[in-house]
Amino acid sequence: MSVSTKAAPAADQEMLISGCAAIAQALRLSDIDVVTAYPIRPYDTVMQAVAKLISNGEMDAEYIVAASEHDQFEIVKHASAVGARVFCGSSGVGWMYAMEAIAVTPALRLPMVALVGNRALDDPGAFGCEHNDALCVRDLGWMLTWVDTAQEALDTALIAYRVAEDRRIFLPCAIGADGAFLTHSEVLVKVPNKEKVDQFLPKYDRGDKMLHPDNPITIAPQVNEDWVMEIRKQNDEAMRRARGVIQEAYRDFHKIFGRQGGNPFVESYMAEDADVILFGQGTLSLPVKVGVRKLREQGHKVGFVRLRWLRPFPTPEVQETLSRAKAVGVIDRDYSFGSPNHGAVLYNEVRSALYDLPKRPHVISFVCGLGGREVTLDSVTEMSEILLKVAKTGKVEQPNYWIGVRG
Amino acid sequence: MATELTVLPTQNLEAFKGVKKLPVEEYFTSGHRTCQGCESALVMKLMAKAAGPRTVILGSTGCMYVANTTYYSTSWVVPWMHTQLGSSGSAAVGTAAGLKALMRKNRIKQEPINVIAFCGDGGGADMGLSSISAALTYPEYNFLILMYDNESYANTDIQLSSMTPYGANTTFSPPGKARRILHKRWKKNMAGMLAAGHPECRYVATVDASYALEMMNRIRKALTIGGPTFIHSLDPCPKGWDYDPIQSHDLGELAVETGVWPLFEIEDGVLKFYGKSKSIAQGRKRKPVREYLLRQGRFAHFTDEDIDYFQKKIDLMWDRWLIPGAVCIEMGDDIRKQLTRAEQEVAAAEAKQ
Ligand SMILES: Cc1ncc(C[n+]2csc(CCOP(=O)(O)OP(=O)(O)O)c2C)c(N)n1
Ligand code: SF4
Repeated sequence: MSVSTKAAPAADQEMLISGCAAIAQALRLSDIDVVTAYPIRPYDTVMQAVAKLISNGEMDAEYIVAASEHDQFEIVKHASAVGARVFCGSSGVGWMYAMEAIAVTPALRLPMVALVGNRALDDPGAFGCEHNDALCVRDLGWMLTWVDTAQEALDTALIAYRVAEDRRIFLPCAIGADGAFLTHSEVLVKVPNKEKVDQFLPKYDRGDKMLHPDNPITIAPQVNEDWVMEIRKQNDEAMRRARGVIQEAYRDFHKIFGRQGGNPFVESYMAEDADVILFGQGTLSLPVKVGVRKLREQGHKVGFVRLRWLRPFPTPEVQETLSRAKAVGVIDRDYSFGSPNHGAVLYNEVRSALYDLPKRPHVISFVCGLGGREVTLDSVTEMSEILLKVAKTGKVEQPNYWIGVRG
Repeated sequence: MATELTVLPTQNLEAFKGVKKLPVEEYFTSGHRTCQGCESALVMKLMAKAAGPRTVILGSTGCMYVANTTYYSTSWVVPWMHTQLGSSGSAAVGTAAGLKALMRKNRIKQEPINVIAFCGDGGGADMGLSSISAALTYPEYNFLILMYDNESYANTDIQLSSMTPYGANTTFSPPGKARRILHKRWKKNMAGMLAAGHPECRYVATVDASYALEMMNRIRKALTIGGPTFIHSLDPCPKGWDYDPIQSHDLGELAVETGVWPLFEIEDGVLKFYGKSKSIAQGRKRKPVREYLLRQGRFAHFTDEDIDYFQKKIDLMWDRWLIPGAVCIEMGDDIRKQLTRAEQEVAAAEAKQ
């Protein structure tokens, strides 16, 4: 009788963990090399989880408690340049404090992966979720994705490394996670085994871009006005290529792990035949989906589309999922003061994406859930009713609404 | 798990024994666009030569970035990367940590690689102070932070920094009709402050490129001793200090001879003056600061009164400070008394034996 010496691959382990702890598991599985920490709620729970993994010997990385967010991001930026796989992150004003380092990273083509535990910007002092912090990198050359569940957080972290470190891309990637709603809520998460992750995620190889005495290159020389256009253009080309690389990564991920099979860019919920569609990102999907189900029971053709990647922006998918509706309401957990129509950031992105369609739905801006305010079922009903009225009358009374604000 | 390497070994860089023994290889060569007579550029050249080829150099924004790494004509032969104005400390930590992780995981060859991050006085003593201070607390990484001090934000057109000498004419402190002296702050003691505040930092020194060999050997010592280390160099800057470039070397010497710039090193907590500063500390007469100040256009508006004030401050530094150039604290009477009492007790005990 022959005995197989090959161990059967261990099954996924189910763990009751928070979104941040799920990301920490992804970092363990990705065998990151350098990680930096600096406290700010709600992102810092990921670093607490990482610290525990390191102190227990479950993760082998240089773990550096930095003196500020600026230091944190500069440390990993340089570690990435010598070829190390790195991670760091922040929230709210911490993310802002690091902004200089964050802004230069894409041009250096360093595939840093960072978590933004979304938090309102001080002042007024607030710990609650708002998306304006992470949105500040929207125009800086970072890839930017938002996750909805702890499972998606873990999976997306693995995917983020795969895409960011792909030589065709070499761009940093930020993962937006709603403060408290996702960062702190515990749910059951499938934590895959290391062999599967190794199959999915090759080692980071910086190749001839690596800073090392064997490869004595000069990184970030002064180019003045001579080369900035070309550098920005290359950054843009990488961002354009990211679309295909993201699709590839999700395809492989699905093959290996059996999850993340749908469209990588948008999640569409009862939207195919909907007259009106609510559109948004992050954890507001939970109340919105429940609200949509209830309204469907009452016979209203309401649907929901959740944006998963904001950069690169999935224009074809957004056009495709929204074009059939009569009215679209974009729910933003952020705001853009003084912007067109006094709308918010996603709203303006969506309107711009739909502009070229021969037949466009009406688009309304809903500013909702700022500073961590709950997006309630009542809010969902209120927004849907506004949209249903627009769909019925074909008239937009008001381009924007603040939902759930005290009188 | 990979083999545990808590601290990597360093290169054993022995002191150069005389100018004639210097290697001919340069690792900072042609292609840069610094002003004629720029001592900071000389510091870069000597620093790279002292460190040798197995080195990674990181430079924060300033003249030594802007003028040295123009695209297509970088002057660095060793690998070089830019870091943000206030990030020399973080750049050093990140690079050392990245290399260490990769070596520990056997992804690159295990070998001692010098990591040097440099910054100007603006980037180092002002904006980057916190980052440098933090960096000097990580004993597990080997790197040197060198602050080249041309005493102004030179690259942005000579604005005053916290390292600019009292009263100097800069674009942020021009002498005017109503106020001759706009800048009344006294320079910080960077090296002393960093040495005193960072017990894990095994080596801190001040250097002056007019004494090139001594300077290079201090760099070699810092890199050999390992852990986080710091060196502060004083660099005459013809543009900012306003003098004929031919005088750079002389001014570097004068800074030491007048006692304005004391040369010292602190190795494992033990402070030593060296070079001419050693003889000054032992009683050799200092040249009057007037000779140093009046050779620079930035002090051209000084009256005798201003020069006297400057001289008085330098005298104070040498005569009253706990450690000239490093620790500006005098002993209070009770501490002095305590120390004398302790000395008396020791003397009494010795007499008894
Ligand atoms: C965050 C930030 N603020 C301001 C600047 C503008 N800036 C570029 S070079 C420079 C001068 C730096 O002075 P210093 O560190 O003393 O170096 P030096 O120019 O004297 O060599 C400044 C202020 C910058 N690059 N980054
Ligand atoms: S301004 Fe001063 S520091 Fe800058 S290149 Fe010229 S001489 Fe050197």
